[in-house]
Amino acid sequence: MLESMCGRGPDSAGFAIYNDEAPEGWIKVSLQHPDFAYDWRKLVSRVESRCGAPVNLKKKSTHALLVVPTDETTLRVALAELDRDVTILSVGRRIQIMKETGTPREVVERFGVREMAGTHAIGHTRMATESAVSTAGSHPFSTGMDLCLVHNGSLSNHNRLRENLKKDGIEFRTENDTEVAAGYFTWRLRQGMSLREALEASLEDIDGFYTFAIGTAEGFAVLRDPIACKPAVMAETDDYVAMASEYRALIGLPGIDFARLWEPEPGIVYSWSRA
Amino acid sequence: MKIVDLAVSSVRELNAALHEARGDPSRWRVLTPGGAHAVAVGLNAPVTVEIEGHVGYYCAGMNQLATVVVEGNCGTGVAENMMSGLVHVKGNASQSAGATAHGGLLIIDGDASARCGISMKGVDIVVKGSVGHMSAFMGQAGNLVVCGNAGDALGDSIYEARLFVRGEVASLGADCVKKEMLPKHLEWLAAVLEKSGANAKPEEFTRYGSARNLYNFKVDHASSY
Repeated sequence: MLESMCGRGPDSAGFAIYNDEAPEGWIKVSLQHPDFAYDWRKLVSRVESRCGAPVNLKKKSTHALLVVPTDETTLRVALAELDRDVTILSVGRRIQIMKETGTPREVVERFGVREMAGTHAIGHTRMATESAVSTAGSHPFSTGMDLCLVHNGSLSNHNRLRENLKKDGIEFRTENDTEVAAGYFTWRLRQGMSLREALEASLEDIDGFYTFAIGTAEGFAVLRDPIACKPAVMAETDDYVAMASEYRALIGLPGIDFARLWEPEPGIVYSWSRA
Repeated sequence: MKIVDLAVSSVRELNAALHEARGDPSRWRVLTPGGAHAVAVGLNAPVTVEIEGHVGYYCAGMNQLATVVVEGNCGTGVAENMMSGLVHVKGNASQSAGATAHGGLLIIDGDASARCGISMKGVDIVVKGSVGHMSAFMGQAGNLVVCGNAGDALGDSIYEARLFVRGEVASLGADCVKKEMLPKHLEWLAAVLEKSGANAKPEEFTRYGSARNLYNFKVDHASSY
């Protein structure tokens, strides 16, 4: 799907895949360190001594997937103390995020995405317009437990919004506009809003052009800016729901010739849950 | 009939072949469009092109004389800047259908999304379904006929295009007003509805157009500009 969208953005790519659930009381954490030779075992043994329990580690390229018997906050505090150069790409019980600079094909091959399976997934290929081409600037962005965001567009009030969110304790690593949207949703969800409420509130608070796709533990949500500057097309069959920027990206899907194809209306929150 | 399969040929090859068909009223069938952009663009001969499936952006853009039939949906900007000829979309059209088009007829059997007929300059557009917001924005000439409903801000900042809507209008844009339907309008509507194969009666439509208040700068209107 992403290869046909490469012309829209070939500089970096990323995937969020929702698969096997971590046991009750455990979390899955996707981590990244720029050094291929980074000593993940050393980090893991330090995390283990903090948690007092064994931690499951899977390494791939610059990424590591940890399954840890702790909660999100404890882990974030621990990692911030242990190594500031390690980036948390996702936290949840089902989500795993992989993202890097390069074309979708390169990123797929680097992380063996073809061999992976799950209930649902979100992919993104980026053409940077607002900020640097980097792993941290790639999508999807984590927005909380089992949540992630991908964005097509550019936000115009992200600098002001970033400053306001910082005052409320949201941390940012880049100058990227989408990271601000992700931070905004994290902040709204922390306030106790549901995802739908947070998305509806964003219509007021986030200014600019966007199609957002938000992955959740159970499914995904879509929101387009009220002016409809950015595209989206949906395909629905009895077996699946798929969303893309363009129909071209959907043509490889099974049964697409018989799918119900439609455009999400601007300014309306849509969401789907797996059966 | 000439058949071009876009699973085998490139869009560039198809368009080049169509451009060479000057003055030749040939018939073409395009297979496996797969949502490709710029299919059958810049035609300038009375050819007929049938496209079997969905196309991407700017299909039949800049069309002159040709008839282009899309047996599926269209992405953004179908028939943009059309000069003459006929473009018939059998499915739905995305945003900015018929944008800036100077002439010809664009028929959309399904719905068209936002900004249908934006800056239209003489084209006739018949949408059998509904249109999205800001349709006919800054329309300068031509006719937009909507058999279903129109979204917000219909005809915003319109100059002289005529708008006919059968269903509900969510809201009218700046300087767009309801207008009286005269016999000449009913007559014109009857003809274009028949030509388009639209199952609607002229009397069911309401006409909208420019109040012409934004034509000249008036300081009292400063907040409206």
